[in-house]
Amino acid sequence: MSAAEAQPVLEARGIVKAYGKVTALNGANFIVFPGEIVALVGDNGAGKSTLVKTLVGVDPPDAGTIAFEGREVQIRTPQQARDIGIETVYQDLALAAEIDPAANMFLGREILRTGPLGRLGFLDKAAMRRRSEEAFRDLGVRIQDTAAPVANMSGGQRQGIAISRAVTWASRVVFMDEPTAALGVVQTRNVLDQIRRARDRGLSIVLISHNMPEVFEVADRIEVLRLGERVAQLRPSEVSMEDVVAAMTGALTFHDEGEER
Amino acid sequence: MSAADTDPEAGRAPLWRRLLAGSSTQIGLILLALIVIFAMLRPEAFFSVANARNIATDAAVLLVLAVGSTYVIVTAGIDLSVGGVLVFAGVLAAKLMNGIGGTGTGLILAGLAAALASGLAWGLLNGFLVAKAKIPAFIVTLGTLGMSLGLAYVITGGVDERDVPFTLISGLGIGRIAGVPYLVIVSIVVAIVLGIVLAQTRFGRYTYAIGSNEEGVRRAGVNVDRHLIKVYALAGTLSGLAGFLSLARFGTTTIGGHATDNLNAIAAVVIGGTSLFGGIGTILGTVFGVFIPAVLQTGFVISEVPAFWQQVAVGAVLIVAVYLDQLRRARQRG
Repeated sequence: MSAAEAQPVLEARGIVKAYGKVTALNGANFIVFPGEIVALVGDNGAGKSTLVKTLVGVDPPDAGTIAFEGREVQIRTPQQARDIGIETVYQDLALAAEIDPAANMFLGREILRTGPLGRLGFLDKAAMRRRSEEAFRDLGVRIQDTAAPVANMSGGQRQGIAISRAVTWASRVVFMDEPTAALGVVQTRNVLDQIRRARDRGLSIVLISHNMPEVFEVADRIEVLRLGERVAQLRPSEVSMEDVVAAMTGALTFHDEGEER
Repeated sequence: MSAADTDPEAGRAPLWRRLLAGSSTQIGLILLALIVIFAMLRPEAFFSVANARNIATDAAVLLVLAVGSTYVIVTAGIDLSVGGVLVFAGVLAAKLMNGIGGTGTGLILAGLAAALASGLAWGLLNGFLVAKAKIPAFIVTLGTLGMSLGLAYVITGGVDERDVPFTLISGLGIGRIAGVPYLVIVSIVVAIVLGIVLAQTRFGRYTYAIGSNEEGVRRAGVNVDRHLIKVYALAGTLSGLAGFLSLARFGTTTIGGHATDNLNAIAAVVIGGTSLFGGIGTILGTVFGVFIPAVLQTGFVISEVPAFWQQVAVGAVLIVAVYLDQLRRARQRG
């Protein structure tokens, strides 16, 4: 395994997260290498979304360690995750529907005008729109009217905006929580293209998905989560979809190389 | 609208179509239609300078309150305390000015400072309880409405403070520049400045975004709590200013006269196209929303319709405005 010799960009070990009496994560491990698309798969309730939330600062873990480029880090807020180059496309999109795509792209990172007006907090809307349109074009996201509120746009367009935002600002890793779950065939194809383009820029993409054909189409590696623990690390080129499903359901157990280190 | 907004760029709907679709344009047309109707009924009375001045002066204090309420409602919040804070600020300013005594400009400014500071304090309290204690804004501001109005009664013993410095009434109260009352000028300046802030600055952008998707804004790394506190503080400060304007206009603290100011302000904001669900609204719309009830009131009086019908008409307009907002949202989501 050549990838295993590279330094991981992100490595989580022994992540525990409980909500009341329900243990969502029970010592989960997870690893991301530079410039790869890694699929995080698991049955409903396996803890995929919870794991993402613990790693991006939305819902910090109760126990466990997170190493970023080899050194241990604390990620307690989304801002801390962003500061080290990690962005997230949430399942519920986290876009503000009543404002336009450019405003969403730059939410929390607004470009202000130069000079005294900028010091008063005046926005440079033209610059933000221009750069947003560039980002949409680069990722192949088609928006007819960039001044219209996001609420007017299709699910595919909204997902495109959310992905563009994450990819534009991320310098290391983008987490995507079921980015194609609500999309049609053509829109799903577009999103998968966007994911590949982002990877080709050198970003690592963590793709959470239920859809096995989709995972096998784009992922370089697969990590399988079951009952709050990682139970397998697989390569689509070396296993079948049935193997992955078997690992998800516990019908088949794989050797988890993370455990023996 | 800035030059950047009118910049014809690829991938944007033309300006005229965006203007036509804007809710403030529609409500502006309704206001225009009302003015045309009343003007045709009684042209000589409706188009007199005195009448225009009366309408604008009546609307001035309400406009200042409604501008603050626009910010709060755009964040998907509500501020019911505005009338109470207005009275409290007026009482405090009057007590302070009478306590010091005199008629100088410095004294007037001290009164203004007291009104603004007490409004700010109530606003900060509202904002802190909404943002940090996570108590629903409806309950928080209902509570501070009672508290501020109650304290105003405690301070005055229930008797209006009538001895306001004469210079305040003769100046700010009834003074004019080129025929335009100071009160109207102050309220227009407030509306223009805060209209630009809402449309063009980062502060305004966060106000819209929080009303649209609070959790999304939080995840974008914005300090949502701090912004909400600022918005309620702004609304409180404007209520304090409105209290001072009211004091100047009437020469008394009018303790008993502001119990429904909050509803009038909210009605104006909502009629002006601001959504109670947050994320949508403009100050221009609110200006129109303030003037529709004012024009109806005067229009009914001069066309000899019993003035009580104004309340009926405003109530109906309010319901229609919210219904139209819901239709618009349903179309977008669908």
